[in-house]
Amino acid sequence: MSEKRIAVKVENLTKGFRIPLEASSGLKQSIINRIKGRKGYRDFQPLKNISFEVEEGDFFGIVGRNGSGKSTLLKTLAGIYTPEKGGVTVNGKLVPFIELGVGFNPELSGRENVFLNGALLGFSHAEMEAMYDEIVDFAELGDFMEERLKNYSSGMQVRLAFSIAIKAEGDILLLDEVLAVGDEAFQRKCFNYFAQLKREKKTVILVTHSMEAVQQFCNKAALIDKGYKLTIGTPLEISQIYRELNMPTKKVKSTSPVEDGEIKIGVNLKINEAKLNFSIDVFSKIDIEDASVAFILNRDSGEMVYRWVLDEHISHEIKLTKNESKRIFLSVQNIFPDGTYTVRVAVRKRDKSIDYAVVGSALEFEVVASKGNNANFWKPIEEFTEE
Amino acid sequence: MKLSNILSRKNRILLRELVITDFKLRYQGSALGVLWSVLKPLFLFAILYVVFDQFLKLGRDIEHFPVYLLLGIVLWTFFTEATIQGLQSIVSRGDLIRKINFPKYIIVVSSTVSAFINLLINLVVVFAFILFNGVDLHWHALLAIPLIIELYVLALAIAFLLSSINVKLRDVGYLWEIFLQAAFYATPIIYPIQMVIAQSEWAGKLLLLNPVAQIIQDMRFVLVTDQTITLWNFVAEGWKHVIPFAIIVIVLILAIIYFKKNSKKFAEQL
Repeated sequence: MSEKRIAVKVENLTKGFRIPLEASSGLKQSIINRIKGRKGYRDFQPLKNISFEVEEGDFFGIVGRNGSGKSTLLKTLAGIYTPEKGGVTVNGKLVPFIELGVGFNPELSGRENVFLNGALLGFSHAEMEAMYDEIVDFAELGDFMEERLKNYSSGMQVRLAFSIAIKAEGDILLLDEVLAVGDEAFQRKCFNYFAQLKREKKTVILVTHSMEAVQQFCNKAALIDKGYKLTIGTPLEISQIYRELNMPTKKVKSTSPVEDGEIKIGVNLKINEAKLNFSIDVFSKIDIEDASVAFILNRDSGEMVYRWVLDEHISHEIKLTKNESKRIFLSVQNIFPDGTYTVRVAVRKRDKSIDYAVVGSALEFEVVASKGNNANFWKPIEEFTEE
Repeated sequence: MKLSNILSRKNRILLRELVITDFKLRYQGSALGVLWSVLKPLFLFAILYVVFDQFLKLGRDIEHFPVYLLLGIVLWTFFTEATIQGLQSIVSRGDLIRKINFPKYIIVVSSTVSAFINLLINLVVVFAFILFNGVDLHWHALLAIPLIIELYVLALAIAFLLSSINVKLRDVGYLWEIFLQAAFYATPIIYPIQMVIAQSEWAGKLLLLNPVAQIIQDMRFVLVTDQTITLWNFVAEGWKHVIPFAIIVIVLILAIIYFKKNSKKFAEQL
């Protein structure tokens, strides 16, 4: 292993805040607090004893759930917050992008904004002059640079801001969730740029929710959880831990069996990371010959994402006997995108001539941090058994 | 805030960029643009001339009283503009401070520099009137330069102090405006200090210990008429001559210490 220089070193970093309890920061409130002996604030410690190193040439991903201390860590790295204990050492010029277009002024022209933004990032006029053409090219705004920013569309503003971020030639790039901006073509361009950064062995610290981005670009990643637990590993390991953290706990809202006509239908679900295990109970008060059961998943937007019909999978006749229950186990690969889903179950005659029962929402459940959908979105692997 | 860093190249660039932006935005959308910086003191002069010279007949015994008056008003306007803009500067740039790390004092300095540029433009107008009024200028007119610097240092020190207090306590903006209102009448700007001295010599001497009054009277002395009553020719005790400067130095030291201590936390308190 060749020896690499440390680009960013974080040692025993601790950072806390005092959050004022009253919104007003007035003289009156502080006097009242003093008289009443109240603190007037609560202590909040998002980071506790965090240590890690980023080597030169690393594409370092930082992931964590909302409120895990990610933003605080990032702002401390960028020097916006001063650490309480411990410290951050940066070797080289760190260019932070906590938010795109900081200091953009709608009354100034695109060109003027580029230079203002550059000055805020610590670049001189001459340095910006050298980067200017590339920034404008990348943003595809060549004809608009002399127009005022307020006449830009929001997409154009984002493009300009992102181009500055991307073309700014610092040693270390600090990016916060800037992956999802612009239209699709522009996004692709950005992803290509990330790939290029990776090839060029630029030092990048990327804070993101996108496990795909972490796996695609990063060579190292860190997961921060509740501010004090920091796990460092390969992007794959970190993505797995992140997904486990986000495992659904009480995401299933079961309803009691619903009756429609002579039939009662109840659905239960057990979710694990890979599979959705449904059990469907059908109780009939009458004898039904040659029945069929249809099982449908709808997104909360109403669109159907999955349909399964029993008789398409078996050849023998299904009989429902009076006052007896039939149970079907259906196991579906969990490839659905994050969101809320409802289950719709219908019992019909096999030739579809009679609807015995239709239950619109037999169950409601939520998918969080699924494996994501690959090519076979509509065709999850499924298994079933009937009793 | 290491001393070597204060005017490092990077910080100078940022300062310049912020001042230019301020200036561009100030006259945004007005037809006459930067010309207003000249027109404002011109109209002010016209008003003062009519009110004080023609109607109130105040300061008749002072040579070139309208110019004398205009100079005082221009200096006071700078003082209020610089301190009020400075006071609000940190809070109003909160969006920047929360998103990016750069030396916070640049914000305060840039807001006072904008006011200072305005002062310089105004002084050019005043100077034109001085020549037009046929004032005999002496070599000591050059003393105006250190006096202007003195005024700027005072305004900057106050801006540093108030801007950092304002982050925690927004009341300070209101308090300061009231204070300025009172100070305007406690400073011999629109009335000749002779009027106060006629009532009480002691009160006149006290007024001259105020650094702003000292600067305004000195400026009038060197630029308009050497009949002006100043700290130097009116207060006999030598040690009292130090007081206005001591006030400035104390405010400056307090401001630097307070600002340095608090600026680290601006990003989280804003």
